[in-house]
Amino acid sequence: MDVPYILSIVTYLPALAALVILFLPNRSEKGIKSFAFIASLITFILSLHLVFHFDATRGQMQFIESVPWIMAATFHIDHHLGIDGISLFLVILTTFLIPLAILCSWKSITYRIKPYMMCLLVLETGMVGVFCALDLVLFYVFWEVMLIPMYFLIGIWGGERRVYAAVKFILYTMAGSLLMLVAILYLFFANGGTSFDLVQITQRLSSGAIRLSGLHEFWLFMAFLIAFAIKVPMFPFHTWLPDAHVEAPTAGSVILAGVLLKMGTYGLLRFCLPLFPAAAISAAPYISILAIIGIIYGALVAMVQPDLKKLVAYSSVSHMGLVVLGIFAFTTQGLQGSTVQMLNHGLSTGALFLLVGMIYERRHSRMISDFGGLAHVNPVLASVFLVVTLSSIGLPGLNGFVGEILVLAGSFARNKICGSLAALSMVLGAIYMLWMYQRVFLGKLTNPANASLPDIGLREKALLFPIILMMLWIGVYSAPFLQRMEPSLRLVQQRIEDARGAEETYRVTNNKITP
Amino acid sequence: MTTDDILLLLPQLILIVAGVALMLLEPFTPPERKGRMARIAVLAAAVAAYSLKFQWNAHSRTILHGMLIIDNYSAFFQFLFLIITAFSAFLSMKFNERESIQRGEYYALLLFACSGMSLMASSGDLILTFLGIEILSIATYILAGFKRTDIRSNESSLKYFLLGSFATAILLYGIALIYGGTGTTNYISIREMAALEGGVQTTTVIGFGLLLVGFGFKVALVPFHSWVPDVYEGAPTAVTAFMAVGPKAAGFAALLRILVQVFPHLTQDWNPVLWILAILTMTLGNVVAVLQTSVKRMLAYSAIAHAGYILVGVVANSDTGSGAVLFYLVVYTFMNLVAFGVVLSFSRKGDQHVYLDDYAGLGQKAPFAAAALSLALISLAGIPLTGGFMGKFYLFSAAVQKGYIGLAIIGVLNSVVSVYYYFRVLIYMYVKEPGKDATDPEPMAWPVQAIVGIGVIIILFLGIHPDKILALAGYSSLALK
Repeated sequence: MDVPYILSIVTYLPALAALVILFLPNRSEKGIKSFAFIASLITFILSLHLVFHFDATRGQMQFIESVPWIMAATFHIDHHLGIDGISLFLVILTTFLIPLAILCSWKSITYRIKPYMMCLLVLETGMVGVFCALDLVLFYVFWEVMLIPMYFLIGIWGGERRVYAAVKFILYTMAGSLLMLVAILYLFFANGGTSFDLVQITQRLSSGAIRLSGLHEFWLFMAFLIAFAIKVPMFPFHTWLPDAHVEAPTAGSVILAGVLLKMGTYGLLRFCLPLFPAAAISAAPYISILAIIGIIYGALVAMVQPDLKKLVAYSSVSHMGLVVLGIFAFTTQGLQGSTVQMLNHGLSTGALFLLVGMIYERRHSRMISDFGGLAHVNPVLASVFLVVTLSSIGLPGLNGFVGEILVLAGSFARNKICGSLAALSMVLGAIYMLWMYQRVFLGKLTNPANASLPDIGLREKALLFPIILMMLWIGVYSAPFLQRMEPSLRLVQQRIEDARGAEETYRVTNNKITP
Repeated sequence: MTTDDILLLLPQLILIVAGVALMLLEPFTPPERKGRMARIAVLAAAVAAYSLKFQWNAHSRTILHGMLIIDNYSAFFQFLFLIITAFSAFLSMKFNERESIQRGEYYALLLFACSGMSLMASSGDLILTFLGIEILSIATYILAGFKRTDIRSNESSLKYFLLGSFATAILLYGIALIYGGTGTTNYISIREMAALEGGVQTTTVIGFGLLLVGFGFKVALVPFHSWVPDVYEGAPTAVTAFMAVGPKAAGFAALLRILVQVFPHLTQDWNPVLWILAILTMTLGNVVAVLQTSVKRMLAYSAIAHAGYILVGVVANSDTGSGAVLFYLVVYTFMNLVAFGVVLSFSRKGDQHVYLDDYAGLGQKAPFAAAALSLALISLAGIPLTGGFMGKFYLFSAAVQKGYIGLAIIGVLNSVVSVYYYFRVLIYMYVKEPGKDATDPEPMAWPVQAIVGIGVIIILFLGIHPDKILALAGYSSLALK
């Protein structure tokens, strides 16, 4: 059965729910929470439709819908949505994490429930929209609109230094994305001022209907790259991340790590590579170096963090570096690994933030030194934490392994040094994660304040169970995921190979002319 | 003069007649009924707006021996000015009562100012442009000092008057030089003169530069902006709202027409200057706005910055650019009217509470007003789904289309700076706790509620479904060709 406008429904349902919440009475906090949860759950269930009806043999966009949006003055902006193998699972990841985020805020958010839930739901619309939008302006609109609820989430419900973190977050992101806007406008006029349609522009770029000089392509690539690099965040644009993560409420951190960071790497895959392949090829060595610096630097800094949340935040810098490295290896394995790793990181880091949040709710501290021997009082929490930790460091049988090994194989095939250095991430990851685990959960119960912490309850179990299930699934049987991604990723790779081929022919012919 | 001409003059006539009538009625109106004078002004503006239908699509004709040009461009702006006037009268209605400055002359001056602005937009002769500017300026000088018992209001008025007189004098000098160079002050004749071989005299070029200074003052371009913060801060907030939108739109209306229609041959010479002015204006306005602790002053600097953005469209000097200027002025009007509407409502009796600290916790105490202000500020910052984004998008696309990439980049980087200070107000409203001796603002008066409500709807409408207004702005700007 084909549901018309299914993407629009999945995208806008949460925003609609937020609108309804606006008119719910302020008093019924429980009603508001339940309504938000149910709305997000329905969105998730509807989004599953996409998985079941996705044609895994095709790499092109599916579930396409296109309605003219703004058709005046010189503009032609379409409300053009569609997903392919790259965005499919990111959409699902988003709709999957939002109900969990709502559930995890059930007790920890005690004031201004109504605007909080509205922010989460509007954020969901923005995020799903980013992954579905196929019109450059529409993409930009979702990309920016999403900042506002995130800004409020950090700014109103965050920790001590929340205002600083929120402002830093929004300024960094805006600075990057506004440059991208100029690049989008430039592309539009290069396209003859006809359309902002991503598919059309990609096609016309690859067929040579739009010609960009090497220099222009480079600058356009840079404009897009900076926007995405800030979001990923790639070294050296990462400094907003630890602040935002530490100050955000648990749900905010989960979404930030789980989905927002993926937008950066998604953007690289969706825009930077297909639109400007030649520039991507020439920039790849430098970006790979930055990615490796990010991987090692993030891991080393994570190792010395006294604060659990900060540790997880820096581990994100390291893990996302790996994703970027895989993308810029331009090999099938690298691209596949990166795409899977986006999912994995969303799951495992999301889960880590949830768990840290649970510990914080009980103990009101995130300092590693305050803990020790928690496994004695919280055995269930400790074992779930272990599973998630192992998934994060890439233990075979869990999801992390699949992504990391593919990325490493992919980048090794491209460049042996890169691959070997990146492999350090697994070693370092194991060190800082296991060491942290040991200091928090193992050993003797040293701090008496920890003696009477309650173990996790039913709500929290219900929250963690689906994530653990997904981790096992991807870890044991990743074929259904990889299959659906592959055709789309091959198209991206093809685009890169074509550009490389064109360059080589060019070089060869040039050599012939000037022997 | 035929009946047709009278029909085309009708908006002007209505404004003047209603203004004079208000002046005459004032002594006979008991104090408790003075609020009705505002309604008369709004009614006059509405009738005048209706009578604009004779001007729309009237096929660009000149009347009164070339003194006035009646085209869609002038009709578009006159409509905008009438909206500004009516909205300002509405905003002032209860505000003036609160501040005990409820007098009929106030509304009469608003109507006169509107008539001056309309003349600026439809003038076909430099002398009439000058008259329009003067009619507008004198009315606003008085309005700025309307709260005569308040020393800040006096300061505001005096400063505006002194600096404004200088600017007008320079403008007049420019007109004289142009007359010297071309032998005429008529737009069409000047253009025809310039088209002749060797028609462009050096005096004309210099005269145009002086003209630019005069307009730069009116629309607050850096370095002619220094009056803005003090004048905006000292004037009664309802007047500030009017000053921030009205004279600026009128200044750009006249400037754009002169640039495109009268001196198209001078753009080569002057575009680099405008380019620099745009960058200076955007940058200074935004950077200094960051330092402000008074919301009113912050909005004053933001108004300077926005003049810079609008100038980007002027620099582009194309159909897209002109359309973008028109569209942006519409968006700009509503963003500012909403922002100042909330500010004047939050300023409390005495019009003093306009500092960031006074906004702490208002998100909880006055949720709807705070939400409206947030939307206006988000729109001023240019975040999508608001009119402000569409406006900037249009302006910068005009710049990119003409190859002014650098200008567009500096423009968007300026937007990042602006996010900082606009969002700081949101932080105060939603995050900060109010101080101990903070007083609550009284509930918003109904006329302000109405204006803010309408403004919010229009800001969202322009952001989500701007087709009609985009097309209208583009179509109206075609009259300049």
